[in-house]
Amino acid sequence: MTRFVVRRLFSMVLVLFAISVLTFLIFQVIPNGDPAQRMAGRLSTPETVAAIRRTWGFDDPLWQQYLTTMKKIFTGEVISYTQQVNVLDQIWQNLPATLSLAIGAGIIWFVMGVLFGVLSALRAGRFTDRALTVAALVGVSTPVFLLGAVALYFLAFKVQLFPNGGYVPLTQDPLDWLYHMILPWLVLSVLFIGIYSRVLRSNLLDAMSEDYVRTARAKGISERRVLLRHVLRNSLIPIVALWSLDFAAVIGGGAILTESVFNLQGVGQYAAESIAQLDVPPVMVVVMLGAFFVVILSAITDVLFALLDPRIRLSG
Amino acid sequence: MATVDSTVRVGAPAAPGADATAGLSPYRLGLRRLRRNKAALAFGALFLLIVVLCLCAPLYADHVAQTTPNANHVTDTVVVDGVRTDVVSPTGQPIGPTWQGRFLLGADQNGRDIAVRLLYGGRNSLEVGFLATLLTMTLATIVGIVAGYFRGFVDGVLARVLDLIWAYPVVLLGIALGTALALGGITIGPLHLQGNSLLVPAFIIGIVYIPYVAKPIRGQVLRLREQEFVDAARVGGAGPLRIMWSEILPNVSSTIVVFVPLMVANAILLEAALSYLGAGVQPPNPSWGTMISDGIRLIPSAMHMTFVPGAMLVLAVLGINVFGDGVRDALDPRARVRLEEHAQEASR
Amino acid sequence: MSGDAASSSSRAMGGGQAPLLTVEDLRVAFRTEDGLVQAVDGVSFHVDAGEVLAIVGESGCGKSVTGMTLLGLTRGPNARFDGHATFGGTDLVSASDEQLRRIRGAEIAMVFQDPMTALNPVQRIGPQLAEQIRAHADVGKDAAIERARALLERVGIPRPAERLRAFPHELSGGMRQRVMIAMALSCDPRLLIADEPTTALDVTIQAQILEEVRQLREETGAGVILITHDLGVVADVADRVAVMYAGQIVEHGTLDEIFYDPQHPYTWGLLGSIARVDRPRPARLPAIAGTPPSLASPPHGCRFRPRCPHAFETCAELPPLEARVGDGEHLDRCWLPVAEKREKREVKGQIGLAGGEVAAA
Repeated sequence: MTRFVVRRLFSMVLVLFAISVLTFLIFQVIPNGDPAQRMAGRLSTPETVAAIRRTWGFDDPLWQQYLTTMKKIFTGEVISYTQQVNVLDQIWQNLPATLSLAIGAGIIWFVMGVLFGVLSALRAGRFTDRALTVAALVGVSTPVFLLGAVALYFLAFKVQLFPNGGYVPLTQDPLDWLYHMILPWLVLSVLFIGIYSRVLRSNLLDAMSEDYVRTARAKGISERRVLLRHVLRNSLIPIVALWSLDFAAVIGGGAILTESVFNLQGVGQYAAESIAQLDVPPVMVVVMLGAFFVVILSAITDVLFALLDPRIRLSG
Repeated sequence: MATVDSTVRVGAPAAPGADATAGLSPYRLGLRRLRRNKAALAFGALFLLIVVLCLCAPLYADHVAQTTPNANHVTDTVVVDGVRTDVVSPTGQPIGPTWQGRFLLGADQNGRDIAVRLLYGGRNSLEVGFLATLLTMTLATIVGIVAGYFRGFVDGVLARVLDLIWAYPVVLLGIALGTALALGGITIGPLHLQGNSLLVPAFIIGIVYIPYVAKPIRGQVLRLREQEFVDAARVGGAGPLRIMWSEILPNVSSTIVVFVPLMVANAILLEAALSYLGAGVQPPNPSWGTMISDGIRLIPSAMHMTFVPGAMLVLAVLGINVFGDGVRDALDPRARVRLEEHAQEASR
Repeated sequence: MSGDAASSSSRAMGGGQAPLLTVEDLRVAFRTEDGLVQAVDGVSFHVDAGEVLAIVGESGCGKSVTGMTLLGLTRGPNARFDGHATFGGTDLVSASDEQLRRIRGAEIAMVFQDPMTALNPVQRIGPQLAEQIRAHADVGKDAAIERARALLERVGIPRPAERLRAFPHELSGGMRQRVMIAMALSCDPRLLIADEPTTALDVTIQAQILEEVRQLREETGAGVILITHDLGVVADVADRVAVMYAGQIVEHGTLDEIFYDPQHPYTWGLLGSIARVDRPRPARLPAIAGTPPSLASPPHGCRFRPRCPHAFETCAELPPLEARVGDGEHLDRCWLPVAEKREKREVKGQIGLAGGEVAAA
């Protein structure tokens, strides 16, 4: 077990390192993206540009630039090119909105996904199942930004049931916070509910035809217990794995579209805006933060799984 | 949808039914099941209809709308119900659907014909979707089979590369690549792509989705390579390439087929997402995503600009999704490939 | 008609006492995408307390479906049932789900074929056993676990207290099957249905498991239905044998009758295909030529006709299951005259099916 954890941690560090290199390189392939030129503005002299270049280290070899950037990230001194503000401070400011979105939506989509999945599997082939299948497919076929925009138009503009986007900190006014978060939560959840209910449905149907479920029935325990203890428990394991990864991705700025549509000023929206301005440092930090959450949560999930499902320990 | 499939396995032993269907190849069997799934066929036909309509875009533009997708008509007027109306009012309000040849579905704020742009945009969206799928499926199949077959070091390296791509949130990686490449274009060997080429988003989307397909294929190959028919081929003197091509590939082909519609749907959705964020199809080229993005700020005054391409996008993606669901049920009634839904995380 | 014959003979064998289980004209059909599959087609038999009835046949002949139907495990939206299965005054076919649940695991227990997949992989052995005990007896958790430990000991599992905390994958196949048997015994059932209990196991472990089954019967006086495709297993433990083919019983008799005076060509084929220690071993075991028919569209007349080398015109009509030889308890479905059967079943000095030899050679 210890070996398993150590191995998992080692590969995690490796992936994080590779991610930082890759992200750095992606922005080096931009030919017209000379940040010094842009910082200096249009009416700059070659001297100012050269000076900026020198102070920011844009003339150094690539590997050295990479090391400098990484060092700044770890010491918390990384500064954005365009706004010239501390990136970590900025992210720290945006994190509450993203966390609010991720936690609320995460709970909603998990509960609803499981509920609909179970309902669908229990009524497999009947009306409820078909209706839920259609709903789930419509859900996964609708882009989240379109859904968000339509929801805002009808529920915030036409009928003024909800506010027109924006974020209010929880500490400032909890009720107002809730009022602002409900619509983003629901909109972000729709897609996931569709996915989760479909995955769980097929897992449940697979599990129901397993031999051990037949054994459980043959024992004479109640149907309820068969479903909860033997079918649902075993089918939920992969769903929990899926959830932890999706949740991590949303925390790490993955909900860019939802944050942008509702103007939540979250981490993802910050990344999107920085990308549009070719501002490398914030993007690097956000991407690394996102990957960091994904990698860490997937490592935790793997270890949790090894505890939950003893068979994995052998192969690990 | 597949009523009998989904319920018969609840508690009923497989043996008696299996006898009767024995001897049919999985594809013929799948085709038979698919043919009975009317809903899947209907939605597949809907998708096909949209594809055909989009292919006919130049015909519509020339003969019905008499304009081109990027032609501005800001200062033009059009006769609606006998009344001469501005295409774009002096206050900047574009005309809504006229339900006639010109400006059938209205205009945008630049006075461009929405219906024409819808069809041309559909062509672009679909082209990106299909090209990206082709790229994803080809590379993912190769990577999955090679990693699964050789295991060990090769697998270790390939698996890390997949992990790497996979650890990025899809949209974040997409816009990072999209922004970088849209500015600089891309050079792969002798091939140089302009930044505004459609191939750029197709390339990005194709790369981003590789792990979601390669991982399940790899898993399947790991199981397959232990089976006797592979040993038999090896004993018979077949080399690794030959075994991968003629023993492994045919056995993962149903997984590949199941993934194709799903990937097309996801690629179209991701294209829309990237275009919405300005990192996909570059203006003035239309795509459903860019059209929605153009319209979204104007929803209160000109909602047709968003709802028309939005409805088309949802219909097309829904069509291929329902059809793909049917294909999966037909080829794989026990839904062996479960992981693929993971790929649908696309548009957050 | 076949139902009458079997039930009348059951009375005779039960010695006036009502049998433990009486199955009359049981029919099970599944609606599948290939149409209606008649998996079990008018099967009748009975089991007395303390006896082992073997149901023998190739896979897909309906023997497992028969066993599972008795416990209601084949119930589902696409299944159709007909006939009766009387057990202690309850008709298992028409009983409510709740009635069946009370009987399952308590009065009728089942052991399944593959012990690798029949236990929940993510639950420890102890709780899996205790769950069943607590479903039928009002005992606390600790008492149930203690009873589980005693059960493991009883079926010959060494260090049972430790095994209670083991996961199924940590045990060998034979060990797991013992756990399954312990589970089946946990509420002292009056009837045990063992569905291919030894098929997935090594030969040496097979013998041990069969020994467990035999002991169980002797100790508790329970009736046993042993479902198997292996006549070798049958020879070891069965008192009576019912041979099934394509959803029907084609021959029924005591162990001796089936082994020394088999009446149905299908039984000959099965007998010809077992390895026997008491005879010189042929170069290759003959198999029965051809494959079992589709149960969605079974052949007209005698169902074995397409594979039978001895078929003649009369076989176009389905032969009833009735006594054609002996004193009325040995039943079969074959039109051939008894004298002709006795002549034709001799293949190279042993019982066998002529066509099978040809196909195998």
